[in-house]
Amino acid sequence: MDQLENNKAQHPRMTGSQMVVQALKDHGVDTVFGYPGGAVLPIYDEIFQQNEIRHFLVRHEQGAVHAAEGYARSTGKPGVVLVTSGPGATNTVTGLTDALMDSIPLVVISGQVPTFMIGNDAFQEADTVGITRPCTKHNWLVRETDALGPAFHEAFHVALHGRPGPVLIDIPKDVQFAIGNYIPLDAAPKSKYNPRTKGDTDEIGFLVSLMETAERPIFYTGGGVINSGIQACRTLQELVNETGFPITSTLMGLGAYPASGSHWLGMLGMHGTYEANIAMYECDLMINVGARFDDRITGRVSDFSPGSTKAHVDIDRSSINKVIPTEIPIVGDAGIVLQQILELWRSKGKKTNSLEVDKWWRKIKHWKTRDCLSYENSDTMIKPQYAIQRLEELTQGYDRFLITDVGQHQMWAAQFMKLEDPNRWMTSGGLGTMGYGLPASIGVQVAHPDSLVINVSGDAGWLMNMQEMGTAVQYQLPIKQFIVNNKRLGMVRQWQQILHGERYSHSWSEALPDFVKLAEAFGCKGIVISNPADLDEAIMEMVAFDGPVIVDCQVTEHENCFPMIPSGEPHNKMIFEEDIQAQEDQLVGKEGSILV
Amino acid sequence: MNSLRLNKGVSRKSAYDLRNPTEDVFEVHTLTVLVDNEAGVLARVIGLFSGRGYNIESLTVSEVDHKGKLSRITIMTKGKPTVIEQIKAQLERLVPVYEVHDLTTEGPSVERELALLKVKGEGNHRVEALRLADIFRARVVDSTLESFVFELTGPPEKIDKFACLMEPLGLIEIARTGVVGISRGEY
Repeated sequence: MDQLENNKAQHPRMTGSQMVVQALKDHGVDTVFGYPGGAVLPIYDEIFQQNEIRHFLVRHEQGAVHAAEGYARSTGKPGVVLVTSGPGATNTVTGLTDALMDSIPLVVISGQVPTFMIGNDAFQEADTVGITRPCTKHNWLVRETDALGPAFHEAFHVALHGRPGPVLIDIPKDVQFAIGNYIPLDAAPKSKYNPRTKGDTDEIGFLVSLMETAERPIFYTGGGVINSGIQACRTLQELVNETGFPITSTLMGLGAYPASGSHWLGMLGMHGTYEANIAMYECDLMINVGARFDDRITGRVSDFSPGSTKAHVDIDRSSINKVIPTEIPIVGDAGIVLQQILELWRSKGKKTNSLEVDKWWRKIKHWKTRDCLSYENSDTMIKPQYAIQRLEELTQGYDRFLITDVGQHQMWAAQFMKLEDPNRWMTSGGLGTMGYGLPASIGVQVAHPDSLVINVSGDAGWLMNMQEMGTAVQYQLPIKQFIVNNKRLGMVRQWQQILHGERYSHSWSEALPDFVKLAEAFGCKGIVISNPADLDEAIMEMVAFDGPVIVDCQVTEHENCFPMIPSGEPHNKMIFEEDIQAQEDQLVGKEGSILV
Repeated sequence: MNSLRLNKGVSRKSAYDLRNPTEDVFEVHTLTVLVDNEAGVLARVIGLFSGRGYNIESLTVSEVDHKGKLSRITIMTKGKPTVIEQIKAQLERLVPVYEVHDLTTEGPSVERELALLKVKGEGNHRVEALRLADIFRARVVDSTLESFVFELTGPPEKIDKFACLMEPLGLIEIARTGVVGISRGEY
């Protein structure tokens, strides 16, 4: 610390706001999403006077955070957000929580009232670090200009290391104006936050020995593999293909193993495939890499995969044994641990119990014949499943990024969209944030200006952040908004049908806007379709149009998303369309009905 | 920093996994947490407990290394064994946390609490209070003709016991620090 004091004189002197811009540049940031206001004017003034960092003006701070999430998830780089104090900061809370739940690295910079006014209920003052403490991985209120450099270096380090997540730096306005010494990264104190990344070799040895003898193994992977990077996904693919074990994945992990791969069972969980869920129930060795036994995955915990030995690879030690007791806990980075497993398994002669694993596959193939995603199509009405299926088939060959909002359409997209690569699927998993899709698609398009970026949305969720169409038009971002419009809050309505005696309390939209006129009002293109015969043409028109498009795809209103594990039930108790029609008793038990 | 290392208590080699994770046994554990003495660190720890529904039986905090700006937080908490493990893992996850030790499971330890008790009374009650204070090795730190303030150090149970005895003798106020603890021996 003393040495730091001595060296200070050698460091460049500049204002706090110049330091902010300098630190962003030093960390390779070229894109910021934000909204100006009184307490960040000095930083905006600096942004005005340079060209290396592009700033995208959103229409609401929540949109900025989701856009940064889309940017981060599609690039692997941290997303950066700049907002003002008070309402600017409080509007980031939903996005921060979303990023925390889904482990997305973000650096959010908020302005604050000057230090001498903090605590005085000043204009646009809020206790930003207090409010965001539980929804960030860490946050800082920087009260001295000299501390800005180290705070930024630590912020980027914390956001990206260990389990990634959002961090926030709150900077009072006087700190932005004051002149100080900018301490660059190489002169700043080394971060003490260095979570373990390499897995315990004893545990890995034990896991490999079980892999050699397992009769009914399965890989269950999650977003941790994608967060670990492209190399982790490649290692996973090698391991799966060489062992010949089946693989399923959470909503967050889609794309880490290609959907066209021969070992792919589809997504698991509440709306996952029958074969994936039954295989999870029946397996004898479960290898969880980078997933966290979320309640959407496990169903009833006491009946979760009762006969299996479970290995759990997670960089976050608190995820291990939190929900499901694990026999083989491995704390480490998914990519590094997968590499360790692969190397050890190869060096021991690539052994598996192939006779039994072949039998296991025969069982799985039998379950696949259940054709669990089938639905009854219609000639007169567009079925939502059909709309998404056609969207998938017609855009398959494109350099494509898919974003969803939250609800039925999200689950249908997860079921029908075939994701071949990581970082091309952006969806709000843990928090289930309606309104995520549109702003996230903006962030993705900013990062990938020449790619086809499609947000599959519902009508209700889309309206929650529709103001961001203004952003898309301002920057001519050719995002495609594919709204699966059932004029309902579809998932809410589905639960009301199953759980609340078909009393559809406030789950429909009485006064939806005309989406084509809305598109025109924003200055972009609108397309409306309601006839299945027009669907393909409309999708191609959307894809071909050089600019932002809103597609109002009007679908059947009371379609349910199946298969489904009703809440509080185990994996082997999935229900299908015909169960709903046949069922007179409650499908969900008393215990299940209190779950969400 | 070794705080995020997989500590004992979670691997298949430990006694923890031999227990039935669903059993409804509540245990009281004393955890000591070494943290950066930065703004908001206590709020972070307390917020973790309230946000995730964990219990705090007692909590003490003070800076212990002025040069390194480190504080030690001692938390007495109560929960099922699986919840206690989860609390430790969640604490270790916080960025300003260096070390989490479970004094209850990591070998012998000393746990102490300090209490100040105000006892108001006259005549025999006064004499009896003084006599009991002597037995408990409580010190008188303030006195008027009608009251004493006793200072007592010891394990929480000893303070409970003393307070219980003072009750009929005119106990009118009590202030307790909460437990601080440290492991015995050279580690």
